Amino acid sequence: MKVAFHPGCVSKGACPELYVSATKIAGTLGLELQELTEAPCTGAGVLSEQNPDLGDSLNALTLAMAESMGGNLMTICSTCQGVLSSVNHTFEKKPERLEKANKTIADQGYTYKGTTKVKHLLWMLFEDIGVDKLKSVIKRKLTGLKIAPFYGCYILRPSDSLGLKERPERKTYLEQLIELLGAERVDYTGSGKCCGFPMLTFNRDKSLAMGGNHILEAKEKGADAMVTPCPLCHLNLDGQQPDAALAISRPLETPIFHLPQLLGLALGFSPEELRLNHHVVSTKRALEKVELKV
Amino acid sequence: MEAGGSHVLMKFTIEVGRYNPEGTYADDAKQGAPYPAPWASSPPRRYQSYEVDLPEHAVVLDALIEIREYQDESVAVRCACRSAICGSCAMWVNGHAHLACKSKLQEFTKDGKTRVESPPSMPVIRDLVWDMKPFWDNHRRVTPWLENKPLPPPMQEYRVTNEAMEELIQEVTCISCGCCLMDCESFAVNKDFMGPHALAKAYRYAADPRDDETQKRLGEYSQQGGVWDCTHCFECVQQCPKGVEPLEQILKLRRMAVNAGYTHNAGTRHADAFAESVKHSGRLNELTLLPKSVGFFNVLGQLATLPSAFNMIRAGKLPPIIHKTIPGVKRIKAIFDRVGGRFK
Ligand code: SF4
Ligand code: SF4
Ligand code: SF4
Ligand code: SF4
Ligand code: FES
Repeated sequence: MKVAFHPGCVSKGACPELYVSATKIAGTLGLELQELTEAPCTGAGVLSEQNPDLGDSLNALTLAMAESMGGNLMTICSTCQGVLSSVNHTFEKKPERLEKANKTIADQGYTYKGTTKVKHLLWMLFEDIGVDKLKSVIKRKLTGLKIAPFYGCYILRPSDSLGLKERPERKTYLEQLIELLGAERVDYTGSGKCCGFPMLTFNRDKSLAMGGNHILEAKEKGADAMVTPCPLCHLNLDGQQPDAALAISRPLETPIFHLPQLLGLALGFSPEELRLNHHVVSTKRALEKVELKV
Repeated sequence: MEAGGSHVLMKFTIEVGRYNPEGTYADDAKQGAPYPAPWASSPPRRYQSYEVDLPEHAVVLDALIEIREYQDESVAVRCACRSAICGSCAMWVNGHAHLACKSKLQEFTKDGKTRVESPPSMPVIRDLVWDMKPFWDNHRRVTPWLENKPLPPPMQEYRVTNEAMEELIQEVTCISCGCCLMDCESFAVNKDFMGPHALAKAYRYAADPRDDETQKRLGEYSQQGGVWDCTHCFECVQQCPKGVEPLEQILKLRRMAVNAGYTHNAGTRHADAFAESVKHSGRLNELTLLPKSVGFFNVLGQLATLPSAFNMIRAGKLPPIIHKTIPGVKRIKAIFDRVGGRFK
């Protein structure tokens, strides 16, 4: 299945392990990724918050690029997913905004007709690849591993632009996947809450406490690791975890897997291939539970 | 309990989070207590199950009134209008803020039951009745009235355009129920934050053409605890039963504040650094974003970020030192030149 692929800046920047693991597992899943190398950053909501026209135009360009390639756009970042979905939703509800954006990008050689479907890899697993295919490619069950899902914000909210009203099951895909891979899912209240990342530069201590509290809860409920579809959540939960532990004065030491890393383990890739040795919080102990070494 | 005589009755199980400050439940609370969230403002509660027979279209509040009237008069619940107008029945239903009188039991029944409790981020008075003091304290902090000097001449009125008022309609529909605040992720860890309802209200006055203190307001809202303390989690948009979309109002306030010259804050520096990097390379340069947002001359702020930067370098998680530009970046620059506004 051919898909236009928008990897997002973070997977090309501070979380290269996400890009590597996502592109590794794509073939096994039957995905032919056509990377949108010329698409800009989505602006992560930061640019559109100050200037909605700018956000509209930059994202109309990306959506148009995907449209010219067939109209199926895959993301591996919840934030990209949220921003692109919300722009798509706005264009649908307010055609005058699309018209305005199209005027801006017309002389760049693009016009967006409004047909692109944006889907995070997590959604594609269930809606396009399918559970049967997934089951058929699993080589290694992750039995014995207790995993806490962490969705983060922008793949859950606001629910109308993400199509969660029509497809409420999207709120449970992580749990379903964890079970499908043979791991044990850990239920806790923080799975759909914010990791605090957007506040990291403005209000560092509170941001760290926010993420730290969720990790602490998952850990106290027995999680060996957490899994997230959002690299920004990963940056906060993994990258800042030692500081978060200090902020809430509790030891945390809970590894945070990117979605394609957890899936990749079940598909038979080695921890090194998935770059599980490039985390701030070591994945070693969790991997040993499924008799893997890193 | 068969209203109208023709409704099919269904069995619903309601789990009520009980808390009694007089200590009746103090021991029970220890058993079956929920995860004691480190940020929680209310103590652990005890969950008590009740079964009720109600028509299929019944709402959570119907069940609670049925319980209080016919099964257990000790259950404390607050309500008045029963039609999503007064805001008093706001509580946590299955872990999120909702108006009990607007929440259909059928939609909220999960694994055969519906759980109701007071929100953990707020002080609780008893059972489902939580203390709205933090809500009203924050509300007052934003000066929720028009500051207008001089007063209109006697027997005359201020005239405003329809367009100016239409801009404020969304906030005017707020019923002060507190749903947004009780689920606000920032408020949960930061009691200094004014909160979504208060800032939405703040926008309502700051953007009103009859207000004379807009500049002063924007200065106040740009301080600590104001617009920049929102983490952009969308919970308030998601939970507001009236479609006020407080986050949208906060973002408008941020824009107004920046345009009014209140730019000496991490929020503005962050947006500017973000825009600069996307404009020049098409991508975010994470290496410069953090230091630029914190402020190059903010030595303490810069130092605070060092340990995690060091950890990330050690794990090989540092963004490439040479920031690559995407092919076709000219297009991006052209877009910025055309609609970039402040970021041109
Ligand atoms: S939103 Fe984030 S991850 Fe997505 S493209 Fe922009 S900076 Fe990158
Ligand atoms: S949880 Fe954090 S990083 Fe993730 S989407 Fe929310 S704010 Fe972003
Ligand atoms: S978006 Fe901001 S104000 Fe709204 S709930 Fe989240 S942190 Fe609170
Ligand atoms: S903004 Fe919405 S959720 Fe918040 S108090 Fe007003 S009506 Fe309630
Ligand atoms: S009882 Fe008035 S809003 Fe629910």
